[in-house]
Amino acid sequence: MILSLSHFLIVAAMLFTIGVAGIILNRKNIIVVLMSVELILLSVNINLVSFSSFFGDLTGQVFSLFILTVAAAEAAIGLAILVAYYRNRGSIAVEDINLMKG
Amino acid sequence: MTPLSLALAHSLPEVILAVGVLGLVLYGALRGKASDGPVTEIAVGLLGAAILVILLGFKEQAILFDGAVIDDGFGRFMKVLALIGSLTALVMGQDFLARERIDKFEFPILVLLATLGMMVLISAQNLISMYLGLELMSLALYVVAAFNRDDLRASEAGLKYFVLGALSSGMLLYGASLIYGFAGTVDFAGIAAATQGHVSIGIIFGLVFLMTGLAFKMSAVPFHMWTPDVYEGAPTPVTAFFGSAVKMAAVAITVRVLMTAFPGAEAQWRQIIVFISILSMALGAFAAIGQTNIKRLMAYSAIGHVGFALVGLAAGTQEGVFGVMVYMAIYLVMTLGSFAAILSMRVAGHAVEQISDLSGLAKNNPLMAFFFAMLMFSLAGIPPLAGFFAKWYVFNAAIQAHLYPLAVIGVLSSAVAAYYYLRVVKIMYFDEAAPAFDPPTPALRVVLAITSLFVLFLFAYPALFIDATATAAKSLF
Repeated sequence: MILSLSHFLIVAAMLFTIGVAGIILNRKNIIVVLMSVELILLSVNINLVSFSSFFGDLTGQVFSLFILTVAAAEAAIGLAILVAYYRNRGSIAVEDINLMKG
Repeated sequence: MTPLSLALAHSLPEVILAVGVLGLVLYGALRGKASDGPVTEIAVGLLGAAILVILLGFKEQAILFDGAVIDDGFGRFMKVLALIGSLTALVMGQDFLARERIDKFEFPILVLLATLGMMVLISAQNLISMYLGLELMSLALYVVAAFNRDDLRASEAGLKYFVLGALSSGMLLYGASLIYGFAGTVDFAGIAAATQGHVSIGIIFGLVFLMTGLAFKMSAVPFHMWTPDVYEGAPTPVTAFFGSAVKMAAVAITVRVLMTAFPGAEAQWRQIIVFISILSMALGAFAAIGQTNIKRLMAYSAIGHVGFALVGLAAGTQEGVFGVMVYMAIYLVMTLGSFAAILSMRVAGHAVEQISDLSGLAKNNPLMAFFFAMLMFSLAGIPPLAGFFAKWYVFNAAIQAHLYPLAVIGVLSSAVAAYYYLRVVKIMYFDEAAPAFDPPTPALRVVLAITSLFVLFLFAYPALFIDATATAAKSLF
């Protein structure tokens, strides 16, 4: 079987869907949410790189390098906020993030 | 001039902020004391310098750095609004942060970084610089939302904002990747060329994801869920910053993307904008009625006002963009004034934020009650205050574009929204007096007075403001 562009796009779409579902359906742990965010960003990278190689245009690969850099910073900030929250609340369960609502 | 020096000259405001913030980080790290010292003053000076450079600098349009960013009238107008928002939020918040013992030197630095991100975002001319500007803004905002890190509510607000914000930038990026794939370019002008005539289904998919991400940042329904919690949980100066500068940048990039990159897909995006505009106006009007916390009330008010501003964008015409810009400028002034009043709510040294704490303010502090009441009337859109003209311009544009149902729903929901603004006025003027507030700091008094006088007397001499906005709106077409 020859892999075409649409195969890569389908894999990326599946990863993206799993990532979004992981954020929305997850009832346990915020670490899982952070992992899902990474999954979404990586699915975007697969999209960009496969488009880029399909067109023979480097822009997509440059974009994906920028995304990798920002994703690292985002993960660092997310974990830092999570640590600050854990010190105050003593739990990182999703169902415990309920102080404010309405 | 060589191309590089011309590009640097055009981006001088950004360069001032970028170099200044790096210098401040070094200074703060080497000094290593607890309080923020002169860092806030220097940050305010840098923001002021950036505003002056924009006002006195170039008047012509230029595309810089190989088409990554553009320096045009629309961008300069929205940048000045965002800078005014950041500057005022810093000036107003200093006393609050000092009293809460969170006046660390990182706060002004993070605000400056977020502002730098906003300026890149507002002038973005391709998807990459838009994403980088958006992330520079958001990453700093996640941290300032949780800035009071020993407070459970603030860290919860930061966590919620981070999770939902990361999800929204993921959606935006997925949309950007689809647009890149189906248009073959990340450049806004190139996307516009690719969507001339026939719009492929892949680009429409990408557009929807992109708009999801942008609606998150604007806090438009159905992506508004973070707004009330973050507004309530974050320290009040941060909330003022979120409500003013951040909204300007988010609305500006939405207008720029839709008008410059997708003029060919107008029929498609108009449906989306009309949909989220109606939902935002309605939710902003109805959900705010039951609120008891003034910051939560302002959050729902912000959701509703974004809906009103989007009415102008739905028109998709030059009048519509002009209406959005007038709306955002006046909304900026009203928000900053309202938050100056909210920051003044302090009884015996402790910040209070229930609406009932405002009871009988007219007896304890008649001047503050009067100014706050004027801002509430203006937010409700009662003539002849500035808020009325803001609504008038966007509804006018919608009617000229034959969007009659949208305009009618807008007027009806602004009538519903008037209820909760007037309730605040009623509580201040007719209820039994609650304990009196401590005297506000001079900075808060000045901001409250200037903003209220602006909304009161804009109708007397609107020409200068309206002309500047109209010239700026023209540059987008």
